[in-house]
Amino acid sequence: MAKVPSNLKFLDSHEWARVEDDGTVTVGISDHAQELLGDIVFVELPEIGKEISQSSDIAIVESVKAASDVYSPLSGEVTEINEALNDNPEIINSSPYEDGWFFKIKPQDISEMEKLLDAAAYESSSEG
Amino acid sequence: MNKTYLNEFHSAHNGNLVDFSGWEMPINYGSQINEHNEVRTNVGVFDVSHMAVFDFLGGNQVEFLRKLLPNDVNKILNAKRALYSPLLNENGRILDDLIVYHIGNNNFRIISNCATRQQNKLWFNENAKQFGVEVNFQENASIIAIQGPNSAKILSSLYSIDLKNFHIYQDDEVMIARTGYTGEIGFEIISNQEKGLELWNHFISKDVRPIGLAARDTLRLEAGLNLYGSDMSIDNHPYESNLGWTIDNTDTNRAYIGKESIANESNTKKLIGFYTEERGVLRAGSKVYFPGGEGVVTSGTWSPTFKKNIGFCRVDANYPAQGNALLRDKEINLHFCETNFLKHLK
Repeated sequence: MAKVPSNLKFLDSHEWARVEDDGTVTVGISDHAQELLGDIVFVELPEIGKEISQSSDIAIVESVKAASDVYSPLSGEVTEINEALNDNPEIINSSPYEDGWFFKIKPQDISEMEKLLDAAAYESSSEG
Repeated sequence: MNKTYLNEFHSAHNGNLVDFSGWEMPINYGSQINEHNEVRTNVGVFDVSHMAVFDFLGGNQVEFLRKLLPNDVNKILNAKRALYSPLLNENGRILDDLIVYHIGNNNFRIISNCATRQQNKLWFNENAKQFGVEVNFQENASIIAIQGPNSAKILSSLYSIDLKNFHIYQDDEVMIARTGYTGEIGFEIISNQEKGLELWNHFISKDVRPIGLAARDTLRLEAGLNLYGSDMSIDNHPYESNLGWTIDNTDTNRAYIGKESIANESNTKKLIGFYTEERGVLRAGSKVYFPGGEGVVTSGTWSPTFKKNIGFCRVDANYPAQGNALLRDKEINLHFCETNFLKHLK
């Protein structure tokens, strides 16, 4: 059974967002998403400084089975990317909510978080 | 959905079950890459009981099969042996690929793909009649494949046999053929389900890991083995599917199905391998380009053994060493080679 941490917010396209103490937001894909994809072999991460809008595609994650777009849960500017994923994308499979994060953004409007699904809503949407 | 008799095992051992041509089969048991590497370096066991087993009874099976198949069973009459062949229609197009087993005294068995079982049942029946051969479809057979460099050692804990490639051992309970779909030393064991379960449990008790169909696909691709429905289909003839070697015209008087049609094929296309160091996987349906021609990817994957993007593509017969393709709107460079990556890239 896929894990869904209660402190995260989600898009129904399986991305998670976590607000950090410094006000940035960390983004990754859910445990359920990595299970669906299977062994992940490549990621294409955005460039630092890139401006993005909520729900637009920003990265690509590819498993042996299929390639999939990753959408941004919030609008804002990319401030940091997880370089470790370039050499060891399998971290996403083993640690989707911690070491397998994709990028951090400086949110333009933190109230956009309210449009995201909470853990319970995501859990029921991903089961359906 | 159809299930093999090992379905409960798969569910209970973390198997991710998917619909595979109407059969609920394990695509992986957690990680297809780990499973792939286990078969390349050690040993693994596959449930492939969804494939179709046909036994033939009575009549003139030799002449039936010499008409049915472009490869010639005369090659395997001297011993209990196996032979790979495509199955052609009258137009020389590929209906399926299969292995035919000479189980002694001019009696034969065929194992063919899962998705084509109904088609083959009808086709075999239609063609067997005139040779007085009865087609006996084995509804409840067990097929277990044990594959990998240590497979012979594991098998020797049960059977003290020394099989050469494509040779067969047989007793009252099992047929064991040294065949497989991985490019490794391996064996395929056909029995009833009761014996199959006993063998499966024995292998698992020897710490042999179960391997899903996803790893089976990357293993066969690295070994340059075609997948029916992807790399060849009813639209293709054998020459453009890298199967010219299976067309046996040694006996010029033999009239197998499709012979006349493929004799007239101009043979302009070819199935070849490609690989690239670039990031991303070029998948089936993608186009490839090179000076003077182009082609289409039939299978593409990330190779766990070589850690790069590999695949097969069907191209014009004359192709250079390199070409390119578009991957997510970006041009990437490709290297072309023979389809057997285990030989070419090692």
